[in-house]
Amino acid sequence: MHLILFIVFAGLCLAGAMNLLLQTHPINSALSLVVVMTSLAVLYLLLGAEFLAIAQIIVYAGAIMVLFTFVVMLLNAGREERTLGSRAGKMIGFPAVAVFLGVIATVILKAQNLGSVALSDPITSTEDLSRVLFHELLLPFEVTSVLILVAILGAVALARAGSGERRVSK
Amino acid sequence: MIPISWYLLLSAALFCLGVVGFLIKRNLITVFMSIELMLNGVNLSFVAFAHQWHLVKGQIFVFFVMVVAAAEAAVGLAIIIAVFRARSTLAVDRIDLMKL
Repeated sequence: MHLILFIVFAGLCLAGAMNLLLQTHPINSALSLVVVMTSLAVLYLLLGAEFLAIAQIIVYAGAIMVLFTFVVMLLNAGREERTLGSRAGKMIGFPAVAVFLGVIATVILKAQNLGSVALSDPITSTEDLSRVLFHELLLPFEVTSVLILVAILGAVALARAGSGERRVSK
Repeated sequence: MIPISWYLLLSAALFCLGVVGFLIKRNLITVFMSIELMLNGVNLSFVAFAHQWHLVKGQIFVFFVMVVAAAEAAVGLAIIIAVFRARSTLAVDRIDLMKL
C-alpha cells in the first residue's frame, strides 16, 4: 500500500516537474506546479507530517499558486519565445547539474544508517509541533511575522500604479 | 517499508529539475516557478530527515521555509509587475539594461 502510494505520487511529482519544463505557456507551467505541490503534500502525509501536508496545500497549492496564476493573467503573459538564451548557461549548466545530481545520488545511496518509512510509524501531531514552535522557537516565529509584514509593505510599494514608469520617464 | 533514501533521491531530482528550469526557461514567471520547485525539493528532504531522527524541529524548519517562500513570492511577483510596466516584456533576454 505504502509502496503503491509512494510510486504513484512520486511519479506524479516528477511528471509535473518535467511538464513544467516542457510547456511553453506559463499558465500550463503553473498548473503543473500545482500538481507537484499537491502530490508532495501526500508524500508529507506518508512521512507522518500531517500539519505540513495541510499547510502545503493551503499555502503553496492555494495561496502562492493563485498569486502566480493571477500575475500570469494580469500581465497577459503569452507563449514563451524560443531563443538561443545564454549559451554558457546551457553548455556549463547541464553538465554541472548532471554532475551535481550524480554526486548527491551516490552520497545518498552509499549512506549506511538511513532508516525506512512505514505507514505504521507514529505521526507528528499538530500538538507536538505547536508545543515546540511556541515554547522553544517563539522568537523566530515572531521574527517571521515581522518578515511577512515587511513583505506586504514591499509588495504594495513595488506594485503601486506608476511606481516604475513615472520615474523612468522623468 | 520504503527506504528513506528514495525520498531523498526524489528530493534531489526535484531540486535538479528546478535548476534546469531556471537555466533553460526564458520567461520571467516560469523562472520564478522553477525557484519554487527547488524550495519544494529541499522541503521534502527536510521532512524525510525529520522522520528519520524523530525530530520535530525539522518540520518546523519546513514551516519557516514556507513562510519565507510566501514572502518571496509576494515581493518577487510585485517586482515582476514593476518590470513588466517599465519594459513591457517578460522575456529575460530583453531585460538586459545592466548587461555589458
